[in-house]
Amino acid sequence: MLPASLVIGVSFAYLALLFAVASWGDRRAAAGRSVIGSAWVYALSIAVYCTAWTYFGSVGRAATAGVWFFPIYLGPMLAMLLGWMVVRKMIRIAKTYRITSIADLIASRYGKSPALAGLVTLITVVGIVPYIALQLKAVASGYAVLTSPLGQPATIATAWWRDSTLYVALFLAGFTMVFGARHLDSTERHEGMVAAIAFESVVKLLAFMAVGIFASFVLFSSPAAIFEQARSVESLRELLSFRQGQSFAYVQWAGMTALAFFAALFLPRQFQVMVVENVDERHLKRAVWVFPLYLLLINLFVLPIAFAGLLYFGPGRMDPENFVLSLPLAQGHTVLALAAFVGGLSAATGMVIVEATAVSTMVCNDLVMPLLLRMKRFGARSSGDLTGLLLGIRRTAILVILMLGYLYFRLAGEAYALVSIGLISFAAVAQFAPAILGGMYWRGGTRAGALAGLLLGFGFWVYTLMLPSLAKSGWLDDSFLREGLFGLALLKPEAFLGLAGLDGLTHSLFWSLLANLAGYVGVSLWRSPSAAETSQALLFVDVFNRTSETHPVFWQGKAQVSALLPLAGRFLGAQAAQRLFVDYAQRLGLNHVDDIPADARLVQFVETQLAGAIGSASARVMVASVVEEEALDLDDVLRILDEASQLRAYSHALEEKSQSLELATAELREANQKLKSLDHMKDDFMSSVTHELRTPLTSIRALSELMRDDDAMELAQRQQFLGIIVTEAERLSRLVSQVLDMAKIEAGQADWHSAQVDLREVVEQVAGTMRESYRERGVALELQLAQQLHPVWADADRLTQVVLNLMSNALKYAPAQKGQVVLRLSDTPDELTLEVQDNGPGIALDQQAVVFEKFRQVSGDDHYRPGGTGLGLPISRQIVAHFGGRMWLRSTPGQGACFGFSLPHDRENGLNRDNNDNDDNPRSDET
Amino acid sequence: MFEGLDAQRLVALFFVALALFNFPLLALWDHDAMLWGLPLFPTALFLIWAALIALLAWVMERGLGGQGAAED
Repeated sequence: MLPASLVIGVSFAYLALLFAVASWGDRRAAAGRSVIGSAWVYALSIAVYCTAWTYFGSVGRAATAGVWFFPIYLGPMLAMLLGWMVVRKMIRIAKTYRITSIADLIASRYGKSPALAGLVTLITVVGIVPYIALQLKAVASGYAVLTSPLGQPATIATAWWRDSTLYVALFLAGFTMVFGARHLDSTERHEGMVAAIAFESVVKLLAFMAVGIFASFVLFSSPAAIFEQARSVESLRELLSFRQGQSFAYVQWAGMTALAFFAALFLPRQFQVMVVENVDERHLKRAVWVFPLYLLLINLFVLPIAFAGLLYFGPGRMDPENFVLSLPLAQGHTVLALAAFVGGLSAATGMVIVEATAVSTMVCNDLVMPLLLRMKRFGARSSGDLTGLLLGIRRTAILVILMLGYLYFRLAGEAYALVSIGLISFAAVAQFAPAILGGMYWRGGTRAGALAGLLLGFGFWVYTLMLPSLAKSGWLDDSFLREGLFGLALLKPEAFLGLAGLDGLTHSLFWSLLANLAGYVGVSLWRSPSAAETSQALLFVDVFNRTSETHPVFWQGKAQVSALLPLAGRFLGAQAAQRLFVDYAQRLGLNHVDDIPADARLVQFVETQLAGAIGSASARVMVASVVEEEALDLDDVLRILDEASQLRAYSHALEEKSQSLELATAELREANQKLKSLDHMKDDFMSSVTHELRTPLTSIRALSELMRDDDAMELAQRQQFLGIIVTEAERLSRLVSQVLDMAKIEAGQADWHSAQVDLREVVEQVAGTMRESYRERGVALELQLAQQLHPVWADADRLTQVVLNLMSNALKYAPAQKGQVVLRLSDTPDELTLEVQDNGPGIALDQQAVVFEKFRQVSGDDHYRPGGTGLGLPISRQIVAHFGGRMWLRSTPGQGACFGFSLPHDRENGLNRDNNDNDDNPRSDET
Repeated sequence: MFEGLDAQRLVALFFVALALFNFPLLALWDHDAMLWGLPLFPTALFLIWAALIALLAWVMERGLGGQGAAED
């Protein structure tokens, strides 16, 4: 037993800490350094799913029903497996259309129907207020356990003003007003609140695991020891089995899993943190697996704690719901017990804060505003800033919700209606599933269908679950429960139409969802949807297929900026509205707000902004009141849609065209570049050829003139001159034939006489003809020829030309007298390689790349010999390439150059080639 | 929406989970047996659950790549 002042002190110290965290989060947000812009914080905030009902209730459930606490957490696991698709779609829809609550989501989808919004809000309030009461009760009974002598029935203060739970509730109301409704934000985002919720998720997880570790490893030696002992007790052994004598155990299991599946998606607090407070869609990627992991961790010790409690205290002597507190307390671990209480407190407060924020938004936007706006004082034609009023309504709603919760808790107390409310609340929320999921994936759902489904589902929920729970608490005459309504046995709420055997929850879930679904689908199919329904259905179902530019705007009529701006100002604040319009004008590239065209897009923009503040249904009514609208019929909707998709197609086509145009431009530019450089080369070549032609011509002409003018020239002299003339003429004709040769190869018109060639023979023959020239210049020639060579498929004359070219190049560049040229011919498994290495000056790196280019000669060449045409290497490379080989150059300046080429082996053996009869092909040498 | 390899993997995973968490596959674990000194049924459920989370994390985080850095 702990002193009450200590427990109260610690509780409020914790709440103060929470306040500090939240205001820190808000300050950081205001400074532009958001703390919730992280996937981890987002994932932790979704763990608001775990309330006091998890924290205390799971152990209680495990102590009475064994493994049956599992489905409540397996449902969210299943939901999160589809989260990336389903939740992301909800987020996208909510962000695009400024939807801030579940009620708004449903109402907006079905033609912005105020009736639907109101109905959903009503169902939520009825389903959720008892759930809030449950949280308060958990805090109260936790407090009682800590402050009462152990083992005695925990007493809850009788006089309300002495009840600390009331003050907790009031504090929470204050907290929620400050962080959940401080200012109007049309996105309804509350960064401080989310930061606090994420913080609370950490606290409750750590506290619960601390107790779990204490129970499993301090109180008992290990979890295995707990279960070992439990198995020896017959009543506990029973708890470990699945069925426990129930007839439809697996159906119940599936039903509860489905229930939790829907709850994890559609509970107002889940929608608030998961969808409304989402900062970045990508955060969902992490949250979808971190959230189930969190659930797994917080459930890990549920069974050990439950069994430890049952073994320690003995069955039935203590309330299992409070094992988390009573186990540490019984062992005198007061600090741990206090920590456990704080964990429970954070589980309860987190739920209450988010739920109150979400529900107050719904109550304000979907119940109070529609009624207020009908009054003359606040209606469309009146003026005056309503932002203060909006905030006032929200804050009042928060206070009222919490006080209703407190009242329910005081009235219901230990009654069945409160204890079982967790699942009953889930069942109420599950009624939204057909309307929401159907609305997101099926275009055919109509407003009437959704209304019918919700009414039927809710009706069945009230009749088969809510009323029986009230009757069991003794607040209603339970005759209808025992004998059926009007004494008709078929109408028994827990055995409707005689369907017996199921437990109350599964039974109710089955009938309510069946009726809901049947009503929704049946009535939706009854008649075709209206224009407003069709347009909203298209916007919702296809939300991923559209970008903001190609969004169809389903509106036509006349509007004025001068009417829309004040309207926005009334609900968003004059300054905020002015800022919005200025931003909008800037996006359109306009300087002044008055220049904004008052078209459908502007009307839609204003309506969306208003929807964030007062809900889509009210926003529709308000906008409609200040503009002249023309009613849309189905044809208009289809026409607008058609235009939008045409626009989309056009923009798509345009994009494609401009892309291909860009590509073509780049290609053209490249081609042009190539052409220019080719042209440049050709010019260079022409001047080089002209130069080459002129040199021999000049000497021929000069010598000829000399001989013509000098009749007395000696015969020897004359002979020498004639010799030079002949040589020069030969050079001329060689040059001309090389140019022609090159042109032919280039044009692909060269004659090739291909046959099997022994490269060694070619090399030896060329070396024979060149040997004399080498000797004259004093250059040593060394041949390194491999013995066994594969034949190649080539034109022998052409190859001779190549080898000759390489050898004369080497001779040209090798220094006279000290020159050394090595010719290597080797064979690899695939090809023959020939290399000619000289010991000349080598070729500079920047020149190496161009020596093979046509019309180029190594420039700035000291060793330039007028014998070259600059065509030898390009022609050689063309020839080698023609026979499937390649040619290269290796050179380090100052250490000579090495030109080489390779040719592939002739693998065809010439059998299917013409004019080849060389049977001495050494094929057998092949390895 | 449900296109793309990752989305198909998620949907497949959902149906696997649905099968594993329901009759008759669930009945496989409903014996009075112990695993490492722990009751079989809850231990099996926790293991399946953890495996599903691991697979889900694999599908979701693998494609994150460069976005991961931008997230914090």
